[in-house]
Amino acid sequence: MSENQRIIEIEVLRYHPEKDKAPYQQVFQVPFTDDMSVLQGVQYIKDYLDGSLSFRWSCRMAICGSCGMMINGEPSLSCETFLRDYYPARVRVEALAHFPIERDLVINMEGFIEKLESIQPYIIPKEPRTLAQGEYLQTPAQLGAYEQFSSCINCMLCYAACPQFGLNSEFVGPAAMALLHRYNVDSRDGGKAERMELVNSEEGVFNCTAVGYCSEVCPKHVDPANAVNQNKTNSAADYFMRFLTPKGGAK
Amino acid sequence: MESYKADVVIVGGGGAGLRAAIAVAESDPALRIALVSKVYPMRSHTVAAEGGSAGVKLPTDSLEYHFNDTVGGGDWLCEQDVVEYFVAHCNEELTQLEHWGCPWSRTPDGHVNVRAFGGMKIERTWFAADKTGFHMLHTLFQTSIKYPSIKRFDEHFCVDLVVEHGRVQGVVAIEIGSGEFTLVEGRSVVIATGGAGRVFRENTNGGVVTGDGMAVAYRHGVPLRDMEFVQYHPTCMPGTGLLFTEACRGEGGFLVNKDGYRYLQDYGLGPAEPSPRNKAMELGPRDRLSQAFWYEQQKGRTIEGQHGSVVHLDLRHLGEAKLRERLPQIYELAEQFLGVDPARAPIPVRPAVHYTMGGILVDGRCASPLPGLYAAGECSSVGIHGANRLGSNSLSELCVFGKVAGEEAARFAKASAPGNSASLLKQAQAVEQRVSGLKTKTGGNERIATLRKEMAQTMEDGCGIYRLADTMQKTCDKLDELKERFKNVNVEDKSSVWNTEWLLAIELEYQLDVAQSMAYSALNRRESRGAHQRLDGFEKRDDENFLKHSQAHYVAGGAPRIDYGDVKITKSQPGTRAYGAAGEKAEQERKAANV
Repeated sequence: MSENQRIIEIEVLRYHPEKDKAPYQQVFQVPFTDDMSVLQGVQYIKDYLDGSLSFRWSCRMAICGSCGMMINGEPSLSCETFLRDYYPARVRVEALAHFPIERDLVINMEGFIEKLESIQPYIIPKEPRTLAQGEYLQTPAQLGAYEQFSSCINCMLCYAACPQFGLNSEFVGPAAMALLHRYNVDSRDGGKAERMELVNSEEGVFNCTAVGYCSEVCPKHVDPANAVNQNKTNSAADYFMRFLTPKGGAK
Repeated sequence: MESYKADVVIVGGGGAGLRAAIAVAESDPALRIALVSKVYPMRSHTVAAEGGSAGVKLPTDSLEYHFNDTVGGGDWLCEQDVVEYFVAHCNEELTQLEHWGCPWSRTPDGHVNVRAFGGMKIERTWFAADKTGFHMLHTLFQTSIKYPSIKRFDEHFCVDLVVEHGRVQGVVAIEIGSGEFTLVEGRSVVIATGGAGRVFRENTNGGVVTGDGMAVAYRHGVPLRDMEFVQYHPTCMPGTGLLFTEACRGEGGFLVNKDGYRYLQDYGLGPAEPSPRNKAMELGPRDRLSQAFWYEQQKGRTIEGQHGSVVHLDLRHLGEAKLRERLPQIYELAEQFLGVDPARAPIPVRPAVHYTMGGILVDGRCASPLPGLYAAGECSSVGIHGANRLGSNSLSELCVFGKVAGEEAARFAKASAPGNSASLLKQAQAVEQRVSGLKTKTGGNERIATLRKEMAQTMEDGCGIYRLADTMQKTCDKLDELKERFKNVNVEDKSSVWNTEWLLAIELEYQLDVAQSMAYSALNRRESRGAHQRLDGFEKRDDENFLKHSQAHYVAGGAPRIDYGDVKITKSQPGTRAYGAAGEKAEQERKAANV
């Protein structure tokens, strides 16, 4: 390390289900340089101070979505949050809020995966096409209608930010709703009617109280709040349409 | 121990593994598929691929051009029949992804757009902005959810194969969340675990890219082929090694030295034109560009930075609007990690390890010599990359050969009798005992991180961009020493739930095997070809002695045994590998000679 190395205190929330009754804080002194991320800080702890610290990480460049943590109370990707921005104060690192902790900074994400699976996150073709017929035509404007909602990296920061998910873990939540919307507005897709059942259900959009913190913390500018709110409109329209059309709305 | 009966087991949930799983499901919905991955599939390193995926698309392009670019780019160490199959199936597979929803970037009239890439004669790289791997991976993962026959074992770390009666019959995996072992029986197994770039110090790879699948096959007697060919990507972030995609240059970016000079023109890649011509200058192949950086550094024409020498990737002339549209991720990486606004200042870059050209030996149908065992993607050596991979060929490889591996594994499974569960379980229990031993033993005094760092440093020292016999020998010796010291590794954490220290130790043991296969294969190749360049009397390509694939065989407790296999040549005899104006001249002469 270079001569401009300094020492920062990292306070980590520890919890080991095999020996701890409750989570507790542990403070480590970590040497750092200006270009080091919080992730590199916890990696230093694991490599040299305490090999038992557990956390998820992989790509280091904010695209794999593994390393979400609460950093000084804010849902953040630890790989693109830098220690220099906290020094000389202590930085506090905890598991993502609103999820059960499996160990240390590792949360249980099975519930999130189930939500993802439940929204039929794949093209249900409007007009089936064979490979020999080649690609579907999709103009840049049609791509633009869903592109931002397809950029979700499943990091779950928005769930840690969402007060409603904190109260009711059954709520489909921001990321899954954004993905649902992504497929609904894709010009190749014809599955909206099937997906609207979930949107309208008890776990659906009306749980959202339009706080908007989900979009604020999103590292990829997906703007899930926008997706949720567009679906509130769709859902309301759907509600009225069911009285007016023989098939019961959801067109 | 829990055990689960599948028909086909797929290890690895990245692009190749997911494509294989879908291929099995589509070929026969009755087959039970187990998809075993040490991370949730969308965390796999396919996610980090940026620039794009190759497939002939424009009317001015042809399969022959793609073939020639790939074989010449690989310095003629490619299996040419496999390359022919590959180029003929890229477009179809990328179209399939389009039907599954991949948000490919489009032309104004709605067709999929293509961009220029290094070493490619015609624009044929399909792209989704600069997050192509991310979009391909999420498209494949989300599509895989449609198929009820795919049972995922997420966050299950495959530590070994079970082999009986001469054929593979399943895998043993650790459920990371509980530390419990599971036997996953299958009548065929596809390995799709990705590369091994993390054995080097400065690399573009995610933490998961540790070569476990390669090592698992290797230990069961399957050779690792062409492991000395490791790709340095020329434009990476100093220190972390994070990638700035080749698409930066595909879109028109320049590489300049400390004098602001486009130095590639001094290395047979010119002439320098205002926008890079295909197969020239900044659109040369990765091996040549990384080698040019090395020479600039020797000449003192690089810029000294906090993390070593750098050159500048200059994108300023492209303008902010184009950068935001075509290279949004690159823009954010430069801003957030380096504090550089690429529309206003050049980005400091240097080469870093990026890709493992070699891998598990398989034939053109993805079958390894061990019956029932298939491999696809970066962990495999199906033979399309030769001595140097062209950018955007690997994402296409995931799809084309992921599908082949899935179909072949399905066919094999249907033709094979189920195994003897009791004796397979017995084998799995022996595996459990061996692997658990790493954490239950006491008295070790070697730190995992120390061994890992020494391995990564010695690989960089001996197996870098240019290589010498004595430093390669030192690397081989160092790896032998590290394997010895590994016996004393200390895993402090003895617990079960999410014991990542234990997993790191298992990975390190496998990494040392893979590193050895690379270093010994490199030392034994006494010529220069593609990404393997020597400066000790073997500076030239030697087709007479080394137009051969190296094959590293595992030897328990010793150095690998290296032997050689033939290279399949169908229609392209080895020729002069040239780029820029020299390349165009060579191509004309070739054409004239063929007439």
